[in-house]
Amino acid sequence: MGVALRKLAQWTAAGHGTGILEITPLNEAILKEIIVFVESFIYKHPQEAKFVFVEPLEWNTSLAPSAFESGYVVSETTVKSEEVDTNGQPLLFLSVPQIKIRSFGQLSRLLLIAKTGKLKEAQACVEANRDPIVKILGSDYNTMKENSIALNILGKITRDDDPESEIKMKIAMLLKQLDLHLLNHSLKYISLEISLSPVTVKKDIELLKHFSGKGDQTVLESIEYTSDYEFSNGLFLNGVSKFLKTKGSIYKNLVTFLREKSPKFSENMSKQGISFSEDQQKEKDQLGKAPKKEEAAALCKDISGSDKRSLEKNQINFGRNQMTKRWEPSLNWKTTVNYKGKGSAKEIQEDKHTGKLEKPRPSVSHGRAQLLRKSAEKIEETVSDSSSESEEDEEPPDHRQEASADLPSEYWQIQKLVKYLKGGNQTATVIALCSMRDFNLAQETCQLAIRDVGGLEVLINLLETDEVKCKIGSLKILKEISHNPQIRRNIVDLGGLPIMVNILDSPHKSLKCLAAETIANVAKFKRARRVVRQHGGITKLVALLDCAHDSTKPAQSSLYEARDVEVARCGALALWSCSKSHMNKEAIRKAGGIPLLARLLKTSHENMLIPVVGTLQECASEENYRAAIKAERIIENLVKNLNSENEQLQEHCAMAIYQCAEDKETRDLIRLHGGLKPLASLLNNTDNKERLAAVTGAIWKCSISKENVTKFREYKAIETLVGLLTDQPEEVLVNVVGALGECCQERENRVIVRKCGGIQPLVNLLVGINQALLVNVTKAVGACAVEPESMMIIDRLDGVRLLWSLLKNPHPDVKASAAWALCPCIKNAKDAGEMVRSFVGGLELIVNLLKSDNKEVLASVCAAITNIAKDQENLAVITDHGVVPLLSKLANTNNNKLRHHLAEAISRCCMWGRNRVAFGEHKAVAPLVRYLKSNDTNVHRATAQALYQLSEDADNCITMHENGAVKLLLDMVGSPDQDLQEAAAGCISNIRRLALATEKARYT
Amino acid sequence: MNRKKLQKLTDTLTKNCKHFNKFEVNCLIKLFYDLVGGVERQGLVVGLDRNAFRNILHVTFGMTDDMIMDRVFRGFDKDNDGCVNVLEWIHGLSLFLRGSLEEKMKYCFEVFDLNGDGFISKEEMFHMLKNSLLKQPSEEDPDEGIKDLVEITLKKMDHDHDGKLSFADYELAVREDTLLLEAFGPCLPDPKSQMEFEAQVFKDPNEFNDM
Repeated sequence: MGVALRKLAQWTAAGHGTGILEITPLNEAILKEIIVFVESFIYKHPQEAKFVFVEPLEWNTSLAPSAFESGYVVSETTVKSEEVDTNGQPLLFLSVPQIKIRSFGQLSRLLLIAKTGKLKEAQACVEANRDPIVKILGSDYNTMKENSIALNILGKITRDDDPESEIKMKIAMLLKQLDLHLLNHSLKYISLEISLSPVTVKKDIELLKHFSGKGDQTVLESIEYTSDYEFSNGLFLNGVSKFLKTKGSIYKNLVTFLREKSPKFSENMSKQGISFSEDQQKEKDQLGKAPKKEEAAALCKDISGSDKRSLEKNQINFGRNQMTKRWEPSLNWKTTVNYKGKGSAKEIQEDKHTGKLEKPRPSVSHGRAQLLRKSAEKIEETVSDSSSESEEDEEPPDHRQEASADLPSEYWQIQKLVKYLKGGNQTATVIALCSMRDFNLAQETCQLAIRDVGGLEVLINLLETDEVKCKIGSLKILKEISHNPQIRRNIVDLGGLPIMVNILDSPHKSLKCLAAETIANVAKFKRARRVVRQHGGITKLVALLDCAHDSTKPAQSSLYEARDVEVARCGALALWSCSKSHMNKEAIRKAGGIPLLARLLKTSHENMLIPVVGTLQECASEENYRAAIKAERIIENLVKNLNSENEQLQEHCAMAIYQCAEDKETRDLIRLHGGLKPLASLLNNTDNKERLAAVTGAIWKCSISKENVTKFREYKAIETLVGLLTDQPEEVLVNVVGALGECCQERENRVIVRKCGGIQPLVNLLVGINQALLVNVTKAVGACAVEPESMMIIDRLDGVRLLWSLLKNPHPDVKASAAWALCPCIKNAKDAGEMVRSFVGGLELIVNLLKSDNKEVLASVCAAITNIAKDQENLAVITDHGVVPLLSKLANTNNNKLRHHLAEAISRCCMWGRNRVAFGEHKAVAPLVRYLKSNDTNVHRATAQALYQLSEDADNCITMHENGAVKLLLDMVGSPDQDLQEAAAGCISNIRRLALATEKARYT
Repeated sequence: MNRKKLQKLTDTLTKNCKHFNKFEVNCLIKLFYDLVGGVERQGLVVGLDRNAFRNILHVTFGMTDDMIMDRVFRGFDKDNDGCVNVLEWIHGLSLFLRGSLEEKMKYCFEVFDLNGDGFISKEEMFHMLKNSLLKQPSEEDPDEGIKDLVEITLKKMDHDHDGKLSFADYELAVREDTLLLEAFGPCLPDPKSQMEFEAQVFKDPNEFNDM
C-alpha cells in the first residue's frame, strides 16, 4: 500500500507531510480498492483482524458518536469500543472529531458504520496516515516495503516464532498484496480511461508557452511539433513526454512538473498567477476533468510498457554533465537534442528538446522506438569514448559529386561496371569485380565514383550471397576504398559491418582475412568500432588470433586459402583499429585477447608484430592491461622488439613501454630485460618524430625509478636529452623535459644538465602555452634550482619572474607546479627577499591564490609562502595582503599534504607583528590541534612547530588546552624526530607556564 | 565385382593418382559403381554417359550452365567415347577436388577453348557469356552488354593484345587474380559443394580398415 500511495496517488502540490489527496478519478479508484480490502478483512482474515496495531491510525472523522451502536460505549462526545487490547485499552476511541483505531476489525466495522461516508473516511484516513504500514506493524517493517519483502519475512520467521510475529507477517504480506493490486489496478484504470489527444496536449503546450516566460528568461527553450501531422495517439509530442519521464516520477501534467523542477517557471507562474488560475479554470471548464491526467497517463503507459529500459537510459542521460550532441539523421526522424546545463536538477529545464517529425509515417511507434534505441546507443557511445580517440571523432558531412559536372572518365566506366555487378550472374559479376580493381582504387575520384553510382550497396549485398568468389572480389574492393573516411561512414550506414563480422566465421581463410582487413580500415571511427563490438566482432577477431596456432589440418584447397599466420595478422590489424575505444579494450581482454597477443608477440614477422604491439600499446592505457602485460611477460618482448629494424615497430614498442612504465615493477622489468640501452640509443635518431616522441616518453616514465636514471646516465642519455631541448615538436619536448625533471632529482644529474647548458633552454620553455609542457618545465626548473650554481643561472635568465608569471596560468596543474618550483628558487637565490619584492604585484598575486579550491595549488602556495615569509619585509607585505585570515580559513582540511604545508606557513607567518594573535582570532588554532591526530609525521612536525609559535600567545594556549593539545603533544615528545620533540616540548612548556602563572595569580 | 578385383583396381588407380590416397580411391570407385548402377558387364565398357554425368554435376556440384557442363564432360571424357569410365572418373575428380592451380588452369582453359584451337576467341567468350547478364528490354541491342563485357574481359586478360586469349594470357591473368580461373563460367565445384561431397564420400574410414 505504501508504494501505491507514494507513487501513484496524486497529492496536491503542497508537498509531503500532511498532503491532501486530490479528487481525481484515479485516487478515487485507489481509495475504493482500499475500502473493499478493509471491509472484507474481518470476514476473510478473522485472526488477523484482531491484531492490535503498534500505533493507532488517527484522523478527524466526520462521523457522529450517535452513529455507533452495539459493541460500543457511546457518550455525547466520545465513543469507546467494547473490544479492548490486553491492557484494557479500547481498540476504537472517538473523541469528536478525532478517531483512533488500532485493529483491522475495528476499521472494517467503522467502514460499515460509515455507509455512504466510506470514501470520505478512507480519504481522511489515508491523508492523515501517510505511512500506514509503519503504524500498523511498527517501523522495522517499513524496511521491507519493496522487493526485499520475501527475504525479510523468511528471516524474521526463522528468528522468532511467537504467534504474534506470525500474524504480523501475514498482515505484512496481505498489505503487500494489496499494494501490488493497487498498482496494477490503477495502471489498468489509467490506460483504460485516458488517451492523450492532440487537442488537449496542444492546450497544455499553449499554457506552457504562456507561462514559461519570454526571451532569454524562458525555461522551455522550445517545444516544437509539426502540427500538420497529428496522430491520435499524440506521439508527436515526443520531446516533451520524454522530458516528463526523465525524472522517473509521474507528474500529473506538464505544469506541475515544471513548477516542481524549475524555480524560474514558478516565478513566472506566480507573476502571472491570477491569469494562470483563470486560464486553468477555463481549461478545466472546457475539457471537463480529464485533461490534467493525460500526460501522466501516457507516462504510465510508457513506464508499464516495454519502455522501461529507455527510461533508465534517459535518466543516465540526464545524469551526465554537459553533453552536446548531434543526433544522426535516421531513416524517418530528424531530431536535435542539446543537453546543456550542468546536470543539476534545477537546470534541467534549460535543456532544449526539439522533436520534429519530418514526414508522416504509417508506423510512428516504430520510428519512435528507433529513436529511443538510437539515443541509448548514443549514450553508450559517449561513455565508451577512449582517451586515445584519433582525429576522426567528428563525422564530416558527405560530399557527393555533383552530377554531370566535369566527371572524370573513370566515373562512367565504373558506372558501367556497377551496372554489370547489379545485372550479372556470378560469372559477369566476377569479371566486373576483377576489372574494377584495375582502376586506381587509392584515388578518391574512383572511391567516390563507386559510391556515387550505387556501387557500395551492390558490393555489400554481394557479401551476403553464398558465392565465395563474389565475396572475395567485393571485399578486395571494399578493403581498398575503405581507406577513404567518407566511404567508411557510408559502409557503416549501409550496414556493412555486421555482415563483415559474420564473414569472420567463414571456413575460408582468405575471406576471414579480407573481412578483418576491411574492418580494420572501417573501424577507424568510434561509431564503427561500437558496431563491431555490438555484433560480437571483437570475440571473433580475437578468435582469429588463435588461428596461427591450430595448424592441425593442412589446407585442402589452396585456391582461396591464406596462411594461418596471415589470418592472425589480419585479426590483429582489425583489433588494433578497434582498440581505440575503451569498451573494445575491455571486450578484447574479456575475449582472452591478451595471452594470444602475447603469443603472437614472440614471432619475428614485422607485419605481424606491428599490429600486435599497436593493439597492446592502445590497450595499455587501461590499468587491467598493464597488469596483464606484466603478468604475461610481454615487457620482455617489447624490449626485444625495440631492437628491431622497423621504425614503426620500435615506435609502438616504445609507446607501449611509455604506457606501462607508470608501474614501478614494470620499470624494473624494463631495466632487467635490458630495455634502457636501446631506448637511450634510439634517442640519437631524431628524424622520425613520432618514434622520437614515443622513445622520449618511455625514457621519461622509466626515469621515475632511480636505478633507471643511473643507467641512463651511464648511457649518456642525459646529455642527449639536453640536446633535444631545442628544435623539437611539443610532443617530444613534453617527454624530454619530463625525463629531465625526473633525472634532476639527483645532484649528479643536475650538474650534468648544467654543464651541458640545459638550463637556458629549459628556462626558455617557461614561456610556452602547452599545459603538459609547462607542468614538466616548471618541475624541471624547480629541480635544477635546488643547486645554488644552477640557481644563479636561472636567476640571471630571469627564470624566477617567468615562474612567477605562470602563477597566473589558468590551469591549476601549471599553477601548482610553478609554485612548487618557486620554493627552491626562493630558498637558494641570493638576495631572495629583494628579488621577490621586485616582482610588482607578485606577493599579492600569490596570497590571493590561497583562495583557490584546488588542494595541490593550495599546498604549493602554502609552501611558497613559507619560503617567502622567511624574509621579514616580505612577511610584513603578505600580512598586509591578508595572508593570516586566508591561511586560517584553510585550517579545516583533512588533506595531509595541505595540512603539512599550511602548518609550516602558519608557523612562519607567526613571526610578524600580532599575527600569532590574529591566527587565534581567526580560529586557526583548534583545527591545528586536530592535525596532531593525523597519521602523517610530516604533518605532526609542522603542526607542533606551528603550535609552538602560536603558544607564545596566552589565548592560543587556552584554546590548545581546551582542545586537548597537551596530551597529544606529550605523546609527540617521545617521537624520534628531534624537531618534533623540541617543538612539542616548547609548546607544552608555554602552556604549562601560563597555567602556573594563572594559578599564582589566583592564590596571591 | 569381387573383392580381389576391386582391390587390384584400387591399387592400380592409386598408383596413377597423385592426389588421392588408397582409401579415397576406394571410396570413389565404390561411388562410381553405385552411380553407374551395377557391376561391370561382360565385354561392355561401363561408364557414365553424358546425361548421367551432367546430372551429377548439377545435383552434386551445383553447376547450371548447360554448355559449360558439356565442356566439363568432355574434360572428363579423355578418350572421347561418350562416357566417363572409372579411370576417367578418378582422374577427373582428382583435379576437381585436389588439383593444383596449374592443373586447374590447364583444365579450365580447355573447357573454355570451345573449338580446341588453343585460343579463347572473342566469339567463344561471347558464346559463354551470352547468358550472364540480365536482358534489359530497354536497350536497342540486347547483346551490347555482352559485347562490352567481352571487351572488358579482353582488356583485363589479353596481355599481348591480339584480340584473343592464349593460354599464356590466361595463365598470367589468373596468377594475378585467382578469381579469373573460372572467368567464363563455373567449371569447378564451388567450395561449399566440394566440402559436402568430400564429407559424404570419404566419411567412413573403418571400411578401409576392413579391406
